[in-house]
Amino acid sequence: MAAEFAVELRDVVKQFITPEGNELNAVDHVTMQIKNGEFFSMLGSSGCGKTTSLRMIAGFEWPTEGEVYIEGKPMGHTPPFQRRVNTVFQSYALFQHMTVFQNVAFGLEMEGADKSEIEKRVKRALEMVQLTGMERRKPKQLSGGQQQRVAVARSLVKVPDVLLLDEPLGALDLKLRKEMQLELKALQQQLGITFVYVTHDQEEAMTMSDRIAVMSKGKVKQMGSPVEIYERPANRFVADFIGESNFLEGTLKSLSGNEACVFVPELNAELNGISVSEGLVAGDDVTVSIRPEKVHISDKALDTNSFTGKVTNTVYIGTDTHVYVDLMGKQLKVFEQNRISRLDPGSFYTVGQEVTLVMWPDNVLVLKKD
Amino acid sequence: MLQRLRENKSAQGTWLATPTMLWMLGLLIIPLILTTIISFGQRSPDGNVIYSFSLDNYIRLFGYSTDCDAGQASCFNPLYLQILWRSISLAFNTTIWVIVLAYPLAYFIARATPKRRNTYLFMVLIPLWTNFVIRVYAWMMLLRKEGAINIVIGWVAGLFGLDFQPLEMLYTPGAVLVGMIYEFLPFMILPIFTSLEKIDGSLYEAAADLGANAIKTFLRVTLPLSMPGVVAGTILVFIPVMGTFIVSDILGGRQVILVGNLIQRQFLDARDPTFGSAASLILMIMTLIVTYFYTRKFGFGEEIVVA
Repeated sequence: MAAEFAVELRDVVKQFITPEGNELNAVDHVTMQIKNGEFFSMLGSSGCGKTTSLRMIAGFEWPTEGEVYIEGKPMGHTPPFQRRVNTVFQSYALFQHMTVFQNVAFGLEMEGADKSEIEKRVKRALEMVQLTGMERRKPKQLSGGQQQRVAVARSLVKVPDVLLLDEPLGALDLKLRKEMQLELKALQQQLGITFVYVTHDQEEAMTMSDRIAVMSKGKVKQMGSPVEIYERPANRFVADFIGESNFLEGTLKSLSGNEACVFVPELNAELNGISVSEGLVAGDDVTVSIRPEKVHISDKALDTNSFTGKVTNTVYIGTDTHVYVDLMGKQLKVFEQNRISRLDPGSFYTVGQEVTLVMWPDNVLVLKKD
Repeated sequence: MLQRLRENKSAQGTWLATPTMLWMLGLLIIPLILTTIISFGQRSPDGNVIYSFSLDNYIRLFGYSTDCDAGQASCFNPLYLQILWRSISLAFNTTIWVIVLAYPLAYFIARATPKRRNTYLFMVLIPLWTNFVIRVYAWMMLLRKEGAINIVIGWVAGLFGLDFQPLEMLYTPGAVLVGMIYEFLPFMILPIFTSLEKIDGSLYEAAADLGANAIKTFLRVTLPLSMPGVVAGTILVFIPVMGTFIVSDILGGRQVILVGNLIQRQFLDARDPTFGSAASLILMIMTLIVTYFYTRKFGFGEEIVVA
């Protein structure tokens, strides 16, 4: 564990030939550094290159360009069985002809560990994932959640430097998935092993990760902690992909420090906010992003960043009420938390009602236009 | 009546199964009973069956002979036991060879791209479009003294200025073995292919991920998961090889006589249906015993591999 990073991708490209014969960069000049002991997630929709990146770390694919380093060592064409990483597969990939015990013991047998050692370590691994007593069952005799645990135990029993997880919870129902998320996170903290986790579920990534790489079309759009990614999205893609956002197009009028003033033609008004993207100068075209829960419906207008509009629709979803407000033809989403229990329809906003929207400058993010 | 049939699932099943049941009764069960009865009968001098309860045919099969040197009433003649043994060992050898040859090919086909896979499977099936007997005759053309193989070897030897005596390949046990292997190869390739194809590709990756190299992956993952195909193929090959007489008839001539030939000759040439029936039953019982022990160990190959 001398190396600074558990895994490092340096300018990695993975090119595939599509069935039509075109070249496609599934992973397009990706650089990432994953620290030792970190829970790192690659988040993106299907085809963004997250699984391909993971498979290159595992050794199932080799980069077309660039290099993958594990514990500081360049991997080149090192085959999977010579890498100190293990994978939990999306389909679990359990050996159906073996018992739970044999599945978990497989990796240790390949190392040539002796029998008592194997027995001890398999027992401990199964304890870790709460499967004690299931040793003699075949995978088919287990529930989906239990199979998932076997897959985790089978990989962790080898004590890899890095555990790779490819959407391991995708096949489980929501409740079980949430339980497993917390369990996996606890396991990772307890063992201190680096986890690299691939998912398309942003909530899952937010719940578990120390850091997240948001990916799209083979590129990393932003890398950072869940808070950074949500509160300071680096670009419109990330602001849109993670959670929800209202977007307004405008021109940067002035910038002092990170306090920005943007003229928004759609509202025919100026909006004060904070600059998130680097290297913006006055006159640039910018995108303004405001999270729906950070727009306030207020009785009192401020001097700036306050607008009057009409409610066009309200949707009650339990925890929140989503209020859609028309501002000079521009539709804005506002999420109001239902903090008081009430039934009276008159206490909710009604369609056609005139309201004042206040956007605190700290909540108004000014991004470089994509 | 129709209403009742609609409601009663098991009656529906019975009705649907009836035609096949009748067919099996008429063409399998009844002939089998007749064969059993005849096998205990005796041959009349003019070649008809005298119905009785005699174990003579069975005693003869197991080596008791009345056709002895002068002065002896009976003696031991292992001829028929040799034939039985030859049939079993040939079936055994054929099955082993077919597995050895079919497995790599099935593996290769299963790992090809889907488009190529279909082409290869098609190529495996093409020979089956030609009549079984014609295919065996084709082997005769290849193996005989003036056959294609001898011509080619002779030509190559001629190029090097070597003296070449044509090989005697036809009418040898080897010729029968080669013919059997050739005839039954597709019946092993297809089930093994089906088992291999069902194995989820991520299992190979998982094995590699856990530290197994290609050989270990094959021995610990691929082979066990494809065993149902090998078992099914073995049943499809072993049983017919035990009973087939055409291959040995054409490629073995009088040199390689199997149980199948024995039975055929008893019915057609020797006109002794009682002895032929006894041999048929012994063949069936031997096959059942071997299959019983085999399937008790390995199952019927029906366990579908769920990936």
